[in-house]
Amino acid sequence: MEVLALLGDGMLLSLQPLNLMMILIGVTLGLFIGAMPGLGSVNGVAILLPVTFLVPPGSAIIFLAAIYYGAMYGGAVSSITLGIPGASTAVATTFDGRPLARQGRASLALVTAALASFVGGTIANVLFTMFAPVLASVALSFGPPEVFALMLLAFATFVGLGGDDIPKTIFSICFGLVLGAIGFDQISGAPRLVLFDYNGFLQGIGFLVLAIGVYGIGEMLWTIDQTRGDVTATTPKMTVKGMASDTKEAAKRGWKGTMIGSFLGFFVGVLPAAGATPGSLMSYGVAKMVSRKPEEFGKGSPDGVAAPEAANNSASTGSMLPMLTLGIPGSPTTAILLGGMVIWGLVPGPRLFVDEQEFVWGLIGSFYISNVAALLINLAFIPVFIWMLRMPFTILAPMIFVLSIAGGYAATRDMFDIWLIVLFGLGAFFMRKFDYPLAPAVLAIVLGPIAEPTLRQSLLLSSGDPSIFFTRPVAGPITIIALILIFLPLIKLVRRLRDERKPAS
Amino acid sequence: MRVGELLTAGFLALLSLYLMWKSTELPIGYIAGTGPGGGAWPFWLSAIMLICCVCIAFNWWRETSPASQSDEPVLDSHGWRSLIFVGGGIIGFVTLITIISMYGAIAVFLFYYIWFLGRHSFVLSLAISLITPIALFFFFEGAMQITMPSGLPFTDPVFNVLYDIIY
Repeated sequence: MEVLALLGDGMLLSLQPLNLMMILIGVTLGLFIGAMPGLGSVNGVAILLPVTFLVPPGSAIIFLAAIYYGAMYGGAVSSITLGIPGASTAVATTFDGRPLARQGRASLALVTAALASFVGGTIANVLFTMFAPVLASVALSFGPPEVFALMLLAFATFVGLGGDDIPKTIFSICFGLVLGAIGFDQISGAPRLVLFDYNGFLQGIGFLVLAIGVYGIGEMLWTIDQTRGDVTATTPKMTVKGMASDTKEAAKRGWKGTMIGSFLGFFVGVLPAAGATPGSLMSYGVAKMVSRKPEEFGKGSPDGVAAPEAANNSASTGSMLPMLTLGIPGSPTTAILLGGMVIWGLVPGPRLFVDEQEFVWGLIGSFYISNVAALLINLAFIPVFIWMLRMPFTILAPMIFVLSIAGGYAATRDMFDIWLIVLFGLGAFFMRKFDYPLAPAVLAIVLGPIAEPTLRQSLLLSSGDPSIFFTRPVAGPITIIALILIFLPLIKLVRRLRDERKPAS
Repeated sequence: MRVGELLTAGFLALLSLYLMWKSTELPIGYIAGTGPGGGAWPFWLSAIMLICCVCIAFNWWRETSPASQSDEPVLDSHGWRSLIFVGGGIIGFVTLITIISMYGAIAVFLFYYIWFLGRHSFVLSLAISLITPIALFFFFEGAMQITMPSGLPFTDPVFNVLYDIIY
């Protein structure tokens, strides 16, 4: 009951005129920043951090959290309408969001994403309110072997997502991981994989460079080639009646994915260093596994949009938990929020809930209000996003190319990366022609820099003995499940080969 | 498609071998006291990539993948034409960034694509090509405080006028 009273006070605080205004402005700005390819919540929060010195610390952190929320909603917009994931957390949304848009059902995809994000955010807020201290201590028990086991589970989900051609999927995963290893060795600091001794590779290859290349350039070239430049399939219409029926359909066909994403996303988001990307991907994989119609995934399933969207919103709230209770940021955005709090004289950690009760509960209350505001603002802007899709393809396509190049430069500020985007785009076009799944490579480049150091730290802890991943109580079951998921398709393949031989013999 | 599938697998196998060789610049084995060497992670991943390429070639020989069963060309004349015009246009766009600035290159690329490839009217093409870079300038430079490449010095007078508006 005490928690509810504190939460009530917090909500009242966040409904004060100044705080409410900060929430509305923050969510709207975040929505548009998140919808822009190349820009995400990190950019929004970092760029607008100085603005917050004009208001009291409580309102400032509420403003930044609202931008974070808005950007998580906005990430789905570019994934669905343009087919370019603006951030790694929205990659899984393209799998079914883009096919729905191509079928002229972008409004259903956008409404599903908005509703799933809202439910994911709300469930995460409730879990956050009820179990913050307990979950923080669980998260702290995750050492390098547990985090690596979790990464292994994420890679195992890729194998399940990659379709029938397992060698091409595994190739794609390893390729993404190797690209993520380019630059400097994180432990010794020595230059590594400086390809053709070109110094540009010393800074490594970022996720956005590969994602924009693959989706912004490669996928567009492939679409132009496949449709012979005559893309007339998407002529979506937007009416109040249509939106109401989309809402009904989204609730009916996306509830399972939403529930899976909400709980799984929150749990993965809570873990330091894991974050929303593996959370959204695992949720997509699990939603596909438990679905009665798994064959619909990848072709425009509302569950396939709902699961990652609920997960990335849920995880973004979850990642606030270790930041507030332990002072450990779970994502780059929460790291900037942490920096902001320190500047305002607030010390995140276990004492924060005791010493700064009004601030903490005001912030938690603002999560609830921001979530409602984000849903309403997002739904209100859906007709604008749909209008964009009604543009002739010969105008939309160059706009996407321009946004890809300009957004790519805005994120990295390096012309070398722009040339890499073009190179990856052309490479992705040809790989797509030969059915190489590219999403696993894009996600692997994000998870590689987390997986490698945890693997090396774990092996160092065990003096090179890999049994450390099987003997620990949390890491063991996760590793075993991951290995089963990896080897299951291989066992199926061997069986199929054996069956093919039998009739011949 | 059938020959293309094998050639792609061969090219990727060569890439995997190159990455394996490049990884050996750092230790690839276990070093007592410091754990796996810096090259171990990319080396073994590249080795798995190589094994995958062998499996892809094996599947090609068994004709199990759609591409290995197809006799169609990888790109027909229309495919080559669109790749050259669109892909070439993008390469031209990126080349122009360092010469006439990001915004100048955007204007030229949009006009080229919308008017020449899209066959829209001259007025519409010109309007979109001029309004878009100006809007992007105010978004990136004004709102987001992100400076884009301004090209060679001859573009300075235009940028001076625009910067006077936002600062």
